[in-house]
Amino acid sequence: MQWFNVVLQGVLIGGLYAMFAAGLSLIFGVMRLVNIAHGDLIVLAAYISLMVTQALGVDPLTSLLFVVPVMALIGYALQRGLLNRTLGDDLLPPLLVTFGLSIIIQNGLLELFTADSRRLQAGPIEIQTFQLTPSVWVGALPLIQFAVAVAVIAGLQALFYKTTLGRAFRATSDDQSVAQLMGLDTRHVFAMAMALSLAIVGIAGVFLAIRTNFDPAIGPARLIFGFEAVIIGGLGSMWGTLAGGIILGISQAIGAQIDPGLQLLAGHIVFLAILAVRPQGLFPKVSG
Amino acid sequence: MSRVERATRSSRIGVALVTAALVVLALAPFWGDRQTLRLLAEMLTFVALASLWNLLAGYAGLVSVGQQAFVGLGGYLLFALAILFEVHPIAAILMAGPIGALVAVPIALLIFRLRGAYFAIGTWVVAEVFRLLASQISVLGGGSGISLPAAVVVAMAPNRQMREFEIYWLALALTAIVLGAIVILLRSRHGLALTAIRDNEQAAQSNGIDVWRIKFIVYVLTAFGTSMIGALIFLQKLRISPDTAFSVNDWTAFVIFITVIGGIGRIEGPIIGTIIFFVLRQTLAELGSLYLLMMGAVAIVVMLWAPRGLWGIFAERLGWQAMPLRRHLMLEKKP
Repeated sequence: MQWFNVVLQGVLIGGLYAMFAAGLSLIFGVMRLVNIAHGDLIVLAAYISLMVTQALGVDPLTSLLFVVPVMALIGYALQRGLLNRTLGDDLLPPLLVTFGLSIIIQNGLLELFTADSRRLQAGPIEIQTFQLTPSVWVGALPLIQFAVAVAVIAGLQALFYKTTLGRAFRATSDDQSVAQLMGLDTRHVFAMAMALSLAIVGIAGVFLAIRTNFDPAIGPARLIFGFEAVIIGGLGSMWGTLAGGIILGISQAIGAQIDPGLQLLAGHIVFLAILAVRPQGLFPKVSG
Repeated sequence: MSRVERATRSSRIGVALVTAALVVLALAPFWGDRQTLRLLAEMLTFVALASLWNLLAGYAGLVSVGQQAFVGLGGYLLFALAILFEVHPIAAILMAGPIGALVAVPIALLIFRLRGAYFAIGTWVVAEVFRLLASQISVLGGGSGISLPAAVVVAMAPNRQMREFEIYWLALALTAIVLGAIVILLRSRHGLALTAIRDNEQAAQSNGIDVWRIKFIVYVLTAFGTSMIGALIFLQKLRISPDTAFSVNDWTAFVIFITVIGGIGRIEGPIIGTIIFFVLRQTLAELGSLYLLMMGAVAIVVMLWAPRGLWGIFAERLGWQAMPLRRHLMLEKKP
């Protein structure tokens, strides 16, 4: 029963990792861009939520109403103003520019908020639990977070295959120049993809901030978790990304149960093992 | 009749200047004080690290953000060999190279499955694994780190001054060897292939270059050099911990900044970049995190508006090269 509990907690945190990964996977799918600053943007969202909750006195979940649109705007502006210039045949510019961005966000946050670790207080909902079996209890917040993650993935899937924007995303993903010939403004399509990616980052950032302590330096580790979930799940597959997040979450939970020092290591090792035996990931859709 | 020449007037001047600089630097213990020697030694290690990263990213197109894996590995090898096996530190530095290269082989086989930017993050995961493993080694201080025992340090030289000279000359020699090896590699057949890959990977492949093999060789050789330099860096520091040894800021962000500012894909770039980086650091370091913020911004600006770096701007306009690397086709007029 104890192990059932460990796995269950792993699955629930896996939802959060899938949200880290979904935004990363989305922009890679649409424009083959890997955003090294992704993790730092998650932390930025957490700090924006912190400011909103402090300034308006609302609870973190309500702050989503503010954080998500703001992050989406940042994403649109970032892509139109900066990242569109880096796209092309050369791999180096997008990588190095987002790497520079990561350093800027980290040190900017450090300058504004110091290195103190913070946390969002979600109020009484934080300690509400359900009894699943006589010995297994599930917290309300992890459950909400997992449900939101599933909803985000399902929403993305629907957007990709049922809407005009989704069709534009798929078209530019398949062939950028043909999409352009068909009258799509790829600069706008890319910016919309980044806006959507950062909207998801906004949700992920708020849930991260409710769940754990955060400080300006934790971004890169979130990027790595998201990246591992994408690769485990297989490039281009949204439900695969959710599976990847869950596998990563379970691995870390089992590792932590064996020895607290093994938590992160277990996740990385499972990732490397999957890379060794199945480099295309578990549910691949596009090739990198 | 036509022939291919490598040397140009600027490269002859360049070689003379580099030789002169080496002589001046070799004599530094006689003209510089302790502070200067330390700074120079640190600069030399950054020139070496940046040159190795430049070879990897600028020529072979393997953009790694995880070279701290090998810096830290080298550092830990020095401490492990010196403390557990009582190896002389200098011998330990020399041994760190081949061991680092050996470790790089299975890693390359694994992460070469990732392409482009995903390869970059894959290298980072490897560095994280190394950091987490290092913090599990309790004989080397675990998570909090360990100092090099005084006995090991004292045994290196009869007095402190001689020890400092020794470490400085070691830094100069290793950096010169790394740079020399890169020049020799680039002048060889493999270097021609590498330059072709740098300019256009697909075209290189269609001309019969085994791109995977060349990249693999470069990755392993870079690991060799980076591990040795890593061991040297931690002999200078005399203390190691997982967080300093595998720091992405110190060993990757700074190194990328140096290479991008100086000029990526050119051998002179890292040298110019290191000088600029240290001038900025000496003047702006008290700004703390603001300084790092500015560094990130400068790197973005350079990447967008001068992607070949400062040296690239000069070299392209004036046809300069400090080392005889480029091949010039000299056509002779028919009589």
